[in-house]
Amino acid sequence: MADMTDTRAIPTAATPRRRRLRWGAIADHAVLIAGAFVMMAPLLMLLQMSTVPDAEILKSGPSLRIGDQFGPNLEKAMFGSMSFSGENTGLSMFRNSLILGLGFALGKIVISMMAAYAIVYFRLRFATLAFWLIFTTLLLPLEVRILPSYEVTQKLGLLNSYGGLIIPLIASATATFFFRQYFMSVPEELVEAARIDGAGPVKFFIDILVPLSKTMIAAIFIIMFVYGWNQYLWPTMIVTDEGKMTLVQGIRQITQGLEGNHIPEFGRSNLLAILAVLPPVLVVIFFQSWFVKGLTESDK
Amino acid sequence: MDKVMDKVMGNVRLQGVTKTYPNGTLAVHPTSIDIADGELIVLVGPSGCGKSTLLRMVAGLEEITGGTVTIGGRAVNDLDPAERDIAMVFQNYALYPHMTVYKNMAYGLKNRGKPKAEIDEKVRAAAEMLNLTDYLDRKPSQLSGGQRQRVAMGRAIVREPALFLFDEPLSNLDAKLRNQMRVEIRALQRRIGVTSIYVTHDQVEAMTMADRIVVLNGGRIEQIGTPAEIYRQPASTFVASFMGAPPMNLVPADYSGNGSVRVCGTELPLGRSADYRGAVSLGVRPEDVDLATGAGDGPALPFDLHLVEELGAHRLLHGKVHAHPFVVNVHNATALSEGRMYLRVAPGNLHMFAPDSGRRI
Repeated sequence: MADMTDTRAIPTAATPRRRRLRWGAIADHAVLIAGAFVMMAPLLMLLQMSTVPDAEILKSGPSLRIGDQFGPNLEKAMFGSMSFSGENTGLSMFRNSLILGLGFALGKIVISMMAAYAIVYFRLRFATLAFWLIFTTLLLPLEVRILPSYEVTQKLGLLNSYGGLIIPLIASATATFFFRQYFMSVPEELVEAARIDGAGPVKFFIDILVPLSKTMIAAIFIIMFVYGWNQYLWPTMIVTDEGKMTLVQGIRQITQGLEGNHIPEFGRSNLLAILAVLPPVLVVIFFQSWFVKGLTESDK
Repeated sequence: MDKVMDKVMGNVRLQGVTKTYPNGTLAVHPTSIDIADGELIVLVGPSGCGKSTLLRMVAGLEEITGGTVTIGGRAVNDLDPAERDIAMVFQNYALYPHMTVYKNMAYGLKNRGKPKAEIDEKVRAAAEMLNLTDYLDRKPSQLSGGQRQRVAMGRAIVREPALFLFDEPLSNLDAKLRNQMRVEIRALQRRIGVTSIYVTHDQVEAMTMADRIVVLNGGRIEQIGTPAEIYRQPASTFVASFMGAPPMNLVPADYSGNGSVRVCGTELPLGRSADYRGAVSLGVRPEDVDLATGAGDGPALPFDLHLVEELGAHRLLHGKVHAHPFVVNVHNATALSEGRMYLRVAPGNLHMFAPDSGRRI
């Protein structure tokens, strides 16, 4: 390092500044790498532990050895069940979580886009009032209204169903707000051009507004998918049928696997934990460029 | 061309069209205009004069609160914009940003349920006419301002409407492109022969493009006429000063009915008589004067030169006639002298306006 800096210091007067910049970049990367390591290390540890026999972990703790137990552990995690009925395997929980996450995100997008469309583009008498009413529901999160929500869901006969998981939570003030702000930035002339082109309200929405909002939709989709996937309280209330349990609910089972007299099933529990983290991560990775675009710039 | 446009009769009639806003503001006073088939009418006026409102009422984007609009013999007051058989070109082009040029042009036809082959033929013909053939697969964001403007035109053309509406279509372009597009639009409109209403605040655009100009001010029509009429015979001081750059000079004067008008002691022969006595505003176009360095014979206005503006082919002389600001436009070869010069004006180039109403006498 020392002689490197020496050779660089010679050529021009501008080098000190350039060198400082390089050091800055190195420092930046060091911080980033350290941060990434801190975030990734537990996951990597989980992964490592799922490849060695459970007994070995009990004996010697985490190590750097990659064992041969990954396959069997994965099979146990995906298809085995620790519950009474045996219906909530890793796979079924994964499926339920996926349905909840996707239904939650897509449902919220559809409902809130249509709400924002009505508020922004139609001369409704109480549009502003309606919007602020929707907006104030931000002050009433699920936890506050969970009992009445539960009662309504129960009376509708939606307990232990996907509908019960998704529909009561489908209205979204946040998404409505984002779409409203976005629609308000769409030039008025575009609406008028579409009217002259013979596009009615529905056509304008589908042909023009939805494609224009695609980055916004992607951004909302990420936020809402992760939010839906990570729901814990609501599924716990609504679902008692083990076949309808979600992965996040199943975390209880993961810890269950670590209790008792027999050897704790580290491998299986760890894989279930990774499974619970993976889809949100993938969604964010896949949509991240759109995500930034949707929340920061507009393509008009 | 006949392939692109099957001509639709497009005579347009506005009868007492009025716009009153809910708060009671009268934005457009009762306005009547008859537009012949194939004519290009330019609505011109300062901002807030109601020209855009009038256009938008014809388009159906703004509710008509009084009077009737007839397009091709059909009253359209209660029709949707799409049913009025019109096409509009907007100031910001209003192209659909996520669609290609082709789809932008085809969208209106698609919504009318036209067969694919017919749409394709029309879009390609229009693209050909507008030199857009190479750009059909591009998105609007990949085009220059002039090209976007042409796409907006193309979108209007493929519709084969009875009436084109232009809402300040050139104001987003730079000066050079604006001149070029002005000529293009005019030539195109002539070729296709579609009745057009063109809104602008730019009097050069109005003068160069219009078959007839409608000058609006404060929601009222000041004058309707051909560009020459508007320029040579302005109906009011507003028209006189709005049309023409630099505007017409207006000097207070007196008319006593004896065939000449008195400007601060100088009697200028008028060559006609008017049924009016008293104070008037005397209007003289800057280029309608003969400039002489000496007093010479006959009545002449004394002109004190203050500033010369060099325009290349012409010079603008800023000065004063009896303490009233006065601008003279002369050829660059005209001899100038320091201090006082003299202006002679042919009787036909003197315009008199009533000082209170501003109407022409």
